[in-house]
Amino acid sequence: MSLLTALARILIFPGLLFAIPVAWFILWLERKSIAVLQQRIGPPFGQPFFDFVKLLGKSTPPRIGLEGELMRAWPLLAVSASAGAVGLLPVLPFRAGFQGDLILLLALMEIPAICMIVAGFTSRSLFGEIGSAREAVLLVSYNLVFLLAATSIAVSQGTFRLEALASAPPTPWRYLGLLAILLCLPAKLHVNPFSLPNAEQEIYAGPMTEYAGFELALWQLSHGLEWVAGVGLVATLAIPPTAFAWLTLAAALGLGLVLVLLLSLVAAATARLAIDTTVRFYWQCTVVFAVLAISSALLMRQWL
Amino acid sequence: MKLWNRLLCACRRRSPWVFHMNSGSCNGCDIELIAALTPRYDAEQLGVLLQGSPRHADILCVTGPVTHTAANAVHTVYEQVCGPKAVIAIGSCPASTNVFIDSRVLVGPLDKHVPVDVFVPGCPPRPDAIVRGIAAAANLLAERGGAESPKTPPVEVQAETESQEAEVHS
Repeated sequence: MSLLTALARILIFPGLLFAIPVAWFILWLERKSIAVLQQRIGPPFGQPFFDFVKLLGKSTPPRIGLEGELMRAWPLLAVSASAGAVGLLPVLPFRAGFQGDLILLLALMEIPAICMIVAGFTSRSLFGEIGSAREAVLLVSYNLVFLLAATSIAVSQGTFRLEALASAPPTPWRYLGLLAILLCLPAKLHVNPFSLPNAEQEIYAGPMTEYAGFELALWQLSHGLEWVAGVGLVATLAIPPTAFAWLTLAAALGLGLVLVLLLSLVAAATARLAIDTTVRFYWQCTVVFAVLAISSALLMRQWL
Repeated sequence: MKLWNRLLCACRRRSPWVFHMNSGSCNGCDIELIAALTPRYDAEQLGVLLQGSPRHADILCVTGPVTHTAANAVHTVYEQVCGPKAVIAIGSCPASTNVFIDSRVLVGPLDKHVPVDVFVPGCPPRPDAIVRGIAAAANLLAERGGAESPKTPPVEVQAETESQEAEVHS
């Protein structure tokens, strides 16, 4: 991948220029569908955009020294990492990927969560620290399943290159792995029933408690981009390649929309789980899918 | 720059995030404030979100007559809300200390401590009056532009009267 293609992918398509409006649309769709399920009218179209611009115009509390610099750096790092993750999505057969870009994508998808943990501890707020500790436990619990499932997808087709994965016809084992990834997405995106790190009202706003103004706007943007990256990864790998690139792209966008609605439905229908129940859910129940996916993928490889 | 300011003001009107602060209220107004955010009244149509942290909020909704114990908390929370900000006094207690007037445990009313922008009188006020109060405060934020300090005199917001409601429904 040349420098120019890499920049185009991060900044234009499927990166920032395309992904930011999509992120705002997803955040709106999530709030709107929850509102409709609760028999409300819900926020007007473009509400996340209004929130973003308003937050840009607000002042931030005075912060001095290294702590202040770090507090400003974490949301920036989170936004750039999630933008990089979105830029790696294999949405068009550009021949722009490289061997092992799935590993880079998985690493970039972890960085916003890690930034959130350190941001909570840097803020020195009691609620921030509680939220960060919860986020760390959540990260450990779902990542076992998430990484096993992603590895199983790669192993089943013998490549860590996203483009090769997206252009190969999916095997049944890949769908098993994608199902396990889908089960991890609510925890990764902090929607109910796994909203315990930022548990609104319960621990104020978790790691975000001390953030205001444009820094909070950046956190929201990073959250939206995480949605695009997570949903986009599942959608692009689940859709089998067709003769026309635009048809594949349209099918992936459609599936992404369905996934957002599905996650919102789960969020509206459930209440927040306690931390021990969450860990048990991932380490006892969901891990079965992941282990099944990776063991069958390995066995299939032996036979082929 | 002018265009940016206009966009910013439009967005301030459309995205009022509120923080709820109880300064010794009897819980009557708190129940009505929560009712204003429930599906029956659905304040989210106006972009209203109840925030957990005062740092995230634009509008501080204060209930209660400001007791000795709560006065410091009112000052702290007011300082924690980042500008531009507005304060709504919900109910008759923060406006006039209501039936608790001359009580030894009170240091109210609220406007002795922080500048109040919108008064929503009532004991307790109706949820639709509270929603109107939040909308009025969001309008104030948009009209003020970049100015931090309140230049406009406080507004008083009442619930719709029955004749007004009949007009809307007809």
